[in-house]
Amino acid sequence: MEATRGGDDGAVRAPAEAPILQVSNLAVAYNESVLALRAVSLSVPAGAVVALLGANGAGKTTLLRAVSGLLGVHGGTVRQGAITFDGEPIGQAAPAAIVKRGMAQVMEGRRIFGELSVEENLRAGAFTRRDRSGVRDAYDRVMEMFPVLAERRRSQAGLMSGGEQQMLAIGRALMAAPRLLLLDEPSLGLAPLVVQQIGEVIAEINRGGVSVLLVEQNANMALGLAHHGYVLETGRIAKSGTAADLRADSDIQEYYLGAGGGDGARRSFRDLKGYRRRTRWSA
Amino acid sequence: MTDFLNLLVSGVALGAQYSLVALGFVVIYRATGVINFAQGGFCVLGAYLAYNFHNTWGVPFYLALVLTALAGAGVGALVDVTVLRRFVGQPPFVVIMLTIGLLILIEQIVPSVWGADPLPLGDPWGLRTVSPGGVDIKVSDLWTVGIVAVVLAGFFAFFRFSRMGVAMRATAVDLEAAMAQGIPAHRVYRVSWSIAGLVAALAGLTLAAGGGGVRLDIELVALTAFPVIILGGLDSPGGAVAGGLLIGVAQVMSGKYQPEHATWLGQGFPIVMPYVVMIIVLLVRPYGLFGQRKVRRI
Repeated sequence: MEATRGGDDGAVRAPAEAPILQVSNLAVAYNESVLALRAVSLSVPAGAVVALLGANGAGKTTLLRAVSGLLGVHGGTVRQGAITFDGEPIGQAAPAAIVKRGMAQVMEGRRIFGELSVEENLRAGAFTRRDRSGVRDAYDRVMEMFPVLAERRRSQAGLMSGGEQQMLAIGRALMAAPRLLLLDEPSLGLAPLVVQQIGEVIAEINRGGVSVLLVEQNANMALGLAHHGYVLETGRIAKSGTAADLRADSDIQEYYLGAGGGDGARRSFRDLKGYRRRTRWSA
Repeated sequence: MTDFLNLLVSGVALGAQYSLVALGFVVIYRATGVINFAQGGFCVLGAYLAYNFHNTWGVPFYLALVLTALAGAGVGALVDVTVLRRFVGQPPFVVIMLTIGLLILIEQIVPSVWGADPLPLGDPWGLRTVSPGGVDIKVSDLWTVGIVAVVLAGFFAFFRFSRMGVAMRATAVDLEAAMAQGIPAHRVYRVSWSIAGLVAALAGLTLAAGGGGVRLDIELVALTAFPVIILGGLDSPGGAVAGGLLIGVAQVMSGKYQPEHATWLGQGFPIVMPYVVMIIVLLVRPYGLFGQRKVRRI
């Protein structure tokens, strides 16, 4: 639990050395035919925020499914490689066992239980835990972190706004007291101001000692939070490095951060293809 | 007036039995998206198990009642573990056919074990009646209503307050998201089938009590419970109860008043009555009385 707790300034977030999550050489196929990931390696140091960037269909969600044990629901299988959590292999573990070990997930599209109340959603998030006092503490912390949820404890979750639902989804994941939190596009479909709020929440969670793997298309937000980043393209890691390096990378700037080229001119599709070729070789 | 009250009470008792059976349907439907055609079979099995406990093994009746409920839950869990577990993730159609197969199996096993003739349950209620305020009430009806009330209270408390109950409702909303919270789907299924087995066994027992007798055609109660669940809303436990009571009362009332006042409808109308009520309600509310039109924010 005690990971890197920086000073109160919040700027000191130096990641520790031992990785809490290690994915090595992972290949995943759907329905025994479609290769979604090819030899992907990635590691999340304990106490760090790691960003995983990539376009639609790059395989980001597939990677999260593989890590959290939910591939089977979608007919996916691990073809090669290994996943270790805290040094122990979890490639074959059931989702419930993985949650119990201290990994929680905020799924893409929030996926809250709309017919249940806010409170019941949170209770569902604490399903794997038996220690009542610990659950109550977690509940109080979530309520403190998200005052919106405290106000609407008894209302039906499906009737809340998108931003509130995202807060609930994050709160629900925190109820499991995770040491590693997987977030799948938490900024999706939310207003810029809400995205900023979510970003602050993620930073706060990380300051509390929780390691974070943040999957995003919003590279600006993700690289602002992360220590380290990976770029996934068509099932391969195309680039990786510290957040600062990635921000400085001209390709990343152009294709993920939305900044114009050096000359400010709009690039043509041919340049994009050239970039694809380059990254494929570098992978 | 006393006539009317008499009918009301026995209608409520009948409706309570329908509610129990309907609850079994709803629990399975919510967990697996499948209608369990073997529900009537579970009822029959429950009645015969009660007979065995009480008459064959000499267990005192009220203890036999509890044992029957537990055995019913066991049958449900057994069916899940041995058969249905292997078909998780298959199209609903496959599982529905399986439940029909189960029903046929039970229909064959029961007479080969207990014979085809009706057996007396030997319940202490029998045909006795009590008459508070001149209203004749069958003791078995009173007990039926009481048992169902207790089971329903437990049922709703379970889904509202218990860890597993909330987890089961979450699973009904979004299976994958529930799994991501660490809720094991197979346990949700097992508990669902246990509950379905428990309520069915109790329904079977109450149907056999009060002079009804332990007989194979107890399974027909499931046929009447169909309009009940459609009427109440397939995914709504509250609807199952309301629909059950409505249809029970309607059926008993029409059994009494229709031959007197509407002879032109012919004989046996009470059997059709539930379906008439169902069609009328569906014309107004196509998703049932309490069924939800999905609330979803996009």
